[in-house]
Amino acid sequence: MNKEKAVEISNLTYRYPDGNLALQDVNLSIFAGESVAIIGHNGAGKSTLLLHLNGILKENGAVKIFGKSVNGKNLKGIRRMVGMVFQDPDDQLFCPTVYDDVVFGPINMGMNDKEAKERVTEVLGRIGLSGFEKRSAHHMSAGEKKRAAIATVLSMEPKILIFDEPTSNLDPKMRRVLIDLIKSFPETKIIVSHDLPIALELCQRIIILEKGRVVEDGSVKDILGKREVLERYEIDPSYHCQFCDMFKS
Amino acid sequence: MKHSFLDNYSDISSVIHGLDPKVKIIAFFFLTVVCVSTPPSSYFSFGVYFVVLLGVLLLSRLPFHHVFGRSMVVIPFVLMVAVFIPFLKKDIIGGGYNLGIGGLTVSNSGLMVLWNVVVKSYIGVICMILLSSTVPFPKLLKGFEDLGLPKIFTTIASFMYRYVFIITDEAQRMKRARDSRCFGGKWIWHSKVIGYMIGTLFIRSYERGERVYVAMLSRGFDGDLKGKEGVQRLKPGDYIFLSVLIPIVTGVRLML
Repeated sequence: MNKEKAVEISNLTYRYPDGNLALQDVNLSIFAGESVAIIGHNGAGKSTLLLHLNGILKENGAVKIFGKSVNGKNLKGIRRMVGMVFQDPDDQLFCPTVYDDVVFGPINMGMNDKEAKERVTEVLGRIGLSGFEKRSAHHMSAGEKKRAAIATVLSMEPKILIFDEPTSNLDPKMRRVLIDLIKSFPETKIIVSHDLPIALELCQRIIILEKGRVVEDGSVKDILGKREVLERYEIDPSYHCQFCDMFKS
Repeated sequence: MKHSFLDNYSDISSVIHGLDPKVKIIAFFFLTVVCVSTPPSSYFSFGVYFVVLLGVLLLSRLPFHHVFGRSMVVIPFVLMVAVFIPFLKKDIIGGGYNLGIGGLTVSNSGLMVLWNVVVKSYIGVICMILLSSTVPFPKLLKGFEDLGLPKIFTTIASFMYRYVFIITDEAQRMKRARDSRCFGGKWIWHSKVIGYMIGTLFIRSYERGERVYVAMLSRGFDGDLKGKEGVQRLKPGDYIFLSVLIPIVTGVRLML
C-alpha cells in the first residue's frame, strides 16, 4: 500500500459553542488510496469529524491533509483536495441549473470558462448524466440529484472523496448504481454511513465512533468478523453473518 | 412534487421565445415605463400599447387563458387601492349613489385617477407576464446580469428560485401530516397550529441555509461570486423585434 498519509488527525477534541463535547481525543491516519468507512450511532460525532476534514470547523494543527495543516492559510488548497458530498443533495445543488452547480467549484478555483466547461462535460459523462446541463435540480429524481451532487465535487478533481450517508433515500436499484459508481472512483474514499453492507462492499477498513471517540479501527475482517465487537457497540449482529457468508462464497 | 408556477410555458418554441432575454427585458421594461409616463387622457396610446402586447402574445403562442388568467390575480390588489379614489377629489360631479342617508358622489378627476391606476398597472402586469412566460428563469437572470445588474442581486434571486420549491414541498408535507391527524376544531386552535407551522418552516429554512453555505464553502466559495460567462451576441431577429416595437411605442407616446 502507498504509505503517504492522506489524512492525519492527532488529538482532535472539539466542543460545540453550546458546550456539547462532540469529539474527544481523536487520533487516526488514513492513507492515500484507502477506502475507509466511519460508522457510529446518531450523535456519535461522525458529521462533526467530517466538517474538520475540509476546515469548515478548525482546530489548529490537529488535522493534516496530505501533510498540509488545516488552517486559515491553507484553506483554499485543502478544499480543493477534499471533496465533500453531503447527505442531502438539495443542500449541495443550490444553483438554477446542474451546469451552474457543477461549474461552481472549478470557477472558484480560478479556472477559466472554457476549461471549466470542458470539465463539466467530462464529469457529467463520467457519472452518467450527460445532457443534464440545463436541467434544474427540482425536476430530477433522488438518484439523479445524488449523482449530480457527486459531480459538483468531482469537477474540482479532489484527491479525497468524502461521502456522508451516500445511499440515504435511494431505492435499491439506485443504491446499486451509486455503489458501483463510488467503487469506480480511484481516489481516497471516506464513507460515513449507517449502511454496513456498503462498508463491506466498498471499504477495506472500518472505524467505529462512539460518543466522540474512536473505539474501533481495523480491517473489515477484524470488525465485522467478530460478533462480540458488533454486540459491544450495539450494531446489528446479522451483519456478522452476512460477512461470514460473503467470505465463504 | 413538481411545480413550475414561476416560468410556466417558458420552454415552448415561438418567435418570441427565440429572442434574446436581454432584448425582451429591454422591450418590456421600456413599454412599461412609457406606458406609466403617458397622460391618462390619451386613450388612443393605451389602445396601441394593448394592440402591441396582443401582437406579441399572438406571436408567442402562449395560451390566452394563461396570460389573462394570471393577470387577474393582480387586479384585486389594484382595485382594493383604487376603489376609494373616485370619491376623494372634489370637482365636477360625474355621478352619485343614493345610499339612503345622504349621497355618495363620484368626481370626474377621481374617475380619471382610477382609470390611470388600473390601465397602467394592467399593462405593466401583462408586460411582466409575457416576459416571465417567454424566458426560463435562469436565462432571465443571465439576461439581467448581462445588462449590468450586480451579480449579488441575481444570485439572491437564483437562490430564491432554487429553494422556493423545496420550501413549498416542505410546507405541503407539513400540511398533509397535519391534515392526516384530523385537523379540526376552533379557529383559535387553527391559528395556533398554523403559527407553529410557520415557525417550524422558518427554522428549517434557516438551518437549510446554513447547510447550503457549508456546501458552498466546501467547494471553495470565499464570499466572492465569480464567473461571468460571455455576453451572448444579438441575432438579426432581436434587432428586428426592437426596431419594430420601440419606434411604434415611442411614436405613439410622442404624437399625442
